[in-house]
Amino acid sequence: MVVFEKPKSLTNAEFHYCPGCTHGIIHRLVAEAIDTLGIEGITIGVAPVGCAVMAYNYFACDMVEAAHGRAPAMATGIKRSLPDNIVFTYQGDGDLASIGMAETVHAATRNENITVIFVNNAIYGMTGGQMAPTSLPGQVTQTSPYGRDVTVAGYPVKVAELLSSLDGPEFIARVAVNNVKNVRTAKATIQKAFENQINKQGFSLVEVISSCPTNWGMTPENALRWVDEKMIPYYPLGVFKDKSAAKEEC
Amino acid sequence: MSDKVLMKGNEAIAEAAIRAGCRHYFGYPITPQTEVAAYMAKRMPKIGGVFLQAESEIAAINMVYGVAGTGRRVMTSSSSPGVSLKQEGISYIAGSDLPCLIVNVQRGGPGLGGIQPSQSDYFQATKGGGHGDYHLIVLAPSSVQEMADMTSKAFDLADKYRMPAMLLADGTIGQMMEPVKLAEPVEHPFVEKEWAVTGTKMQREHHIVNSLYLVPEQLEKKNFERYERYKKVEENEVIYESFMMDDAEYCVVAFGIAARVSKNAVVAARKEGIKVGLIRPVTLWPFPKKVLSETAEKVKGFLSVELSMGQMIEDVKLATSCRRPVGLCRRSGGMIPSPDEVLEAIKNMQRGEE
Repeated sequence: MVVFEKPKSLTNAEFHYCPGCTHGIIHRLVAEAIDTLGIEGITIGVAPVGCAVMAYNYFACDMVEAAHGRAPAMATGIKRSLPDNIVFTYQGDGDLASIGMAETVHAATRNENITVIFVNNAIYGMTGGQMAPTSLPGQVTQTSPYGRDVTVAGYPVKVAELLSSLDGPEFIARVAVNNVKNVRTAKATIQKAFENQINKQGFSLVEVISSCPTNWGMTPENALRWVDEKMIPYYPLGVFKDKSAAKEEC
Repeated sequence: MSDKVLMKGNEAIAEAAIRAGCRHYFGYPITPQTEVAAYMAKRMPKIGGVFLQAESEIAAINMVYGVAGTGRRVMTSSSSPGVSLKQEGISYIAGSDLPCLIVNVQRGGPGLGGIQPSQSDYFQATKGGGHGDYHLIVLAPSSVQEMADMTSKAFDLADKYRMPAMLLADGTIGQMMEPVKLAEPVEHPFVEKEWAVTGTKMQREHHIVNSLYLVPEQLEKKNFERYERYKKVEENEVIYESFMMDDAEYCVVAFGIAARVSKNAVVAARKEGIKVGLIRPVTLWPFPKKVLSETAEKVKGFLSVELSMGQMIEDVKLATSCRRPVGLCRRSGGMIPSPDEVLEAIKNMQRGEE
């Protein structure tokens, strides 16, 4: 009996991610959801600009590569053209919460029937560790060498909280992948975000707190600990908006 | 062909696009082209099409990028400042070898400029506009009839060569009303393109729509392949109109609304015994280089008439290898020359020559 195998909706291409980076886990969770729901043949993924820029090589479904921050707009076009297909974006914090904030907010407020996987690791990884919109106050990065000074650079953007204040979106949740328990919750939440799309319920975003040992300057183990000690207290986990669940309660 | 109807140029674009099988429109309001969006907003929901007012021109062009990747006919329209915002997306669409239509109903610039007609986006439209090595097919209508005809033509050329096409109009043609004969609607059932992302249905390898090539040898190869296609466009798709050129000693070169004004000036000059004609580039890219080069052997001089500080004049000089003097008659910032002004410029050219 096979108890553990590579998800079928991942290709055999080797990931380029750094050792200890949790993008690999998140890719796997997305692929497992696609496999479980049997939707690989109708799914179209939108890769971002950032660490996951080459995600189009890793997912076996049809893929497109968006301009920086524009994934939700591109996904909107694809979904409006092919409403019976499943469309997801996979974006980092710089892509989604900085340069692409307008596209994110408006896709959410339109309740565009897409699934957004938002990987928040509080740093620009691909370009070598600059301050992200989600970098924590005091966090040292290449462009905040003395720590993020909120009087100069402002405060981190809490995407899940921000988007859940809109009337439009169907489902907004934040999860983490730094321990087994959190990975299991993340898996179920990501799958729900795809199920919502299948059920035509609308915009579903899962913010995934991720680690970046390379650019945080930590060992993978310490990076996971930093997620627990620093990231999660600032970015609390949970479901921030679930319109269908709210309706059921009424 | 259906009967003639009286239409605004902007509306003619929208109706012609629908008749050409376009069912996806994304735009953002900007004067003087908003009638395209308004028309689409009314019509698309009635025919099962998609009209979506995007949050910005940037979002609109990236929505276009998404639909283009699925292989369906799609368009956006805007005016100069908005088209500047679209350049990023246009570069990606060109880099991904996808067809689509972008309409620019030009207004005066730079910056926020004004809302009156202009042709000062000629460089942007014909030289690329965004970053990287690429071209658009650029069509320049000079009447409401051509707004309709060239919309349809632009979709066909974009599909044929897998590249974005631009309709480079101006605020005059966009806003004015003229009788127009619209083509019968084409039945355009969705034909799955061999490269489109539509879902693998678990029956083929995945398709990737992409403009990223990290290996320079691969990117160079892609660009060379693209320019091979561009060469075919230049060989096969040049369109121009020749007016009173048979015995002409002087040649006016003008496109769009400037060409209509120039035609009046040419007729008036002929009445005064000046042997002058007009060559009107209809495709601005590919530019009618060959006919201009041949004309340089026959005429004493050229006059470029433009609603800009002088942009197309550079292509006229290049096409003619500066073998004859090339004068410039220009208005800018939303101003249009009168036929008398152009006539005066023609006379100046003649005096300069004698």
